[in-house]
Amino acid sequence: MSLFEYSLKEIQEKLHNKEISVSDLVSESFNRINAVDHQINAFLTLNEEEARNKAKALDDQVGPNSSILFGMPIGIKDNIVTKGLRTTCASQFLSNFRDPLYDATVMDKLNAENTVTIGKLNMDEFAMGSSTENSSYVKTRNPWNTDHVPGGSSGGSAAAVAAGEVFFSLGSDTGGSIRQPAAFCGVVGLKPTYGLVSRFGLVAFASSLDQIGPITRTVEDNAHLLQAIVGHDPMDSTSANVDVPTYSESLEQGVNGLRIAVPKEYLGEGVDPEVKAAVMSALKVYESLGATWEEVSLPHSKYAVAAYYLLSSSEASANLARFDGVRYGVRSEKAENMIDMFKMSRSEGFGDEVKRRIMLGTFALSSGYYDAYYKKAQKVRTLIKNDFEKIFEKFDIIVGPTTPTPAYKIGEKIDDPLTMYADDIVTSPINLAGVPGMSIPCGFSSKGLPIGLQLIGDHFDEKTLYQFAYAFEQATEFHKKLVEVGGGK
Amino acid sequence: MADISKDQVKHVAHLARLAITDEEVEKMTKQLGDIIKYAELLNELDTDNVQPTTHVLDLKNVMRKDEPRKWIEKEDAMKNAPDQQDGQFRVPSILE
Repeated sequence: MSLFEYSLKEIQEKLHNKEISVSDLVSESFNRINAVDHQINAFLTLNEEEARNKAKALDDQVGPNSSILFGMPIGIKDNIVTKGLRTTCASQFLSNFRDPLYDATVMDKLNAENTVTIGKLNMDEFAMGSSTENSSYVKTRNPWNTDHVPGGSSGGSAAAVAAGEVFFSLGSDTGGSIRQPAAFCGVVGLKPTYGLVSRFGLVAFASSLDQIGPITRTVEDNAHLLQAIVGHDPMDSTSANVDVPTYSESLEQGVNGLRIAVPKEYLGEGVDPEVKAAVMSALKVYESLGATWEEVSLPHSKYAVAAYYLLSSSEASANLARFDGVRYGVRSEKAENMIDMFKMSRSEGFGDEVKRRIMLGTFALSSGYYDAYYKKAQKVRTLIKNDFEKIFEKFDIIVGPTTPTPAYKIGEKIDDPLTMYADDIVTSPINLAGVPGMSIPCGFSSKGLPIGLQLIGDHFDEKTLYQFAYAFEQATEFHKKLVEVGGGK
Repeated sequence: MADISKDQVKHVAHLARLAITDEEVEKMTKQLGDIIKYAELLNELDTDNVQPTTHVLDLKNVMRKDEPRKWIEKEDAMKNAPDQQDGQFRVPSILE
């Protein structure tokens, strides 16, 4: 049995009793990576020497007061800056960015808890994509069936946890990039409320939407990892200064008497019958636990994907202007003047999807089109946000599918950007509204691929999400099914 | 509003500081045209009296004190530079 099948609490107990050491935990990670990562390709960069040295140092420090995350092997999405550890955002543009100068705030916080960074995880380039096929290095494969995508953009982060290569990981979510791969890989992924987790050191894609969040095998572990990374940060001016509850304390409060809203737009056309059936079964589980549910409408849902792509691409076109080949990253050797140097470096360094989004965003922000596209999308964002506010006046939580279908095959959608964008219909509104969303395993398709249940809460009400997620997990067995890498085909 | 022309695509590429090939212009014109046409869906909504949302938190002009503090050393800042000279980032000529 893998050590990573135990809970955080159980592992800490084993550490304290000297049954195991931090070095054992770190070896568990690298042994598993050596055994299966050639089939999954979750990692872009391994931090083996540093990790083993840190583990050795920590072996002597285990004590009664050590953090619940003490010594735990973690994987980090490659758009989170790690001091001295190569950070590429899966882009050729940053292929030579071997020596980042500082740690993201979330890394400072994790290091303070003495976690051990195992390596950097694959993703769609600059987090633009839903399948990790847009990585400029390698395609990550779904551990449940390696012919299928792991989802994206945090595909490496979800696949590594599902395959037991790390105990847990961090991802980032701009329009679904934590929840969708968590659903495809059968793990627990949370996109926190906008502003709850500092974005300092997260390479910016769309600054008004991006959030870092935890990906874990169980709900309880997820609550502990979130606890470690939240909090106000003076280095991020959009970081919220709010009181943070102890999330693990809410886990066992149950859902009796709580009210669930089920948006009819999230179970409409395009939703796979098996996904719909799994969501309906989950609602029955909640009924049996004493919650009630009612169908509701989020009337502006069908506009979310268009608004999301205009806004996120506009913000991206501004954010990615920093990649100019002057201070870091690659520089084209062919250019003879400054402007050509910018253009050629960017064209050589960025992949197709990144170029497409920069072009869309630049167009939407350009003179003569700004009002018709960018400002229009911002107004529609207000309508979408209002839809959610209305629901939360009467309900405790919104429940629906995380994705319209289970994981699709590698190559199936990559040539048609609009088809792939359309899948964001159930995840992107949550980012536009800034509310928290979580995916938990709620079933398997007839082909054995995981199905995710999405839980959506009011601003800063992660507590209720954990309450619902834990209640469901305790009442079901889906999270106990383990991946057999290479099986499933 | 509808279609985006090849000339517009070339202009936008210049604004975005991207060098794109003729082949890419063809492909981008089609793909951007499709995406923009799809975005016209938003015009179904009357938003004349709706305020735009730039971001979701109730935050305005977050300021901090402008105090010097220890941060990155100059030589560290040069470590990842593609080209440098005398402690400065070196770039191709700006003026003809």
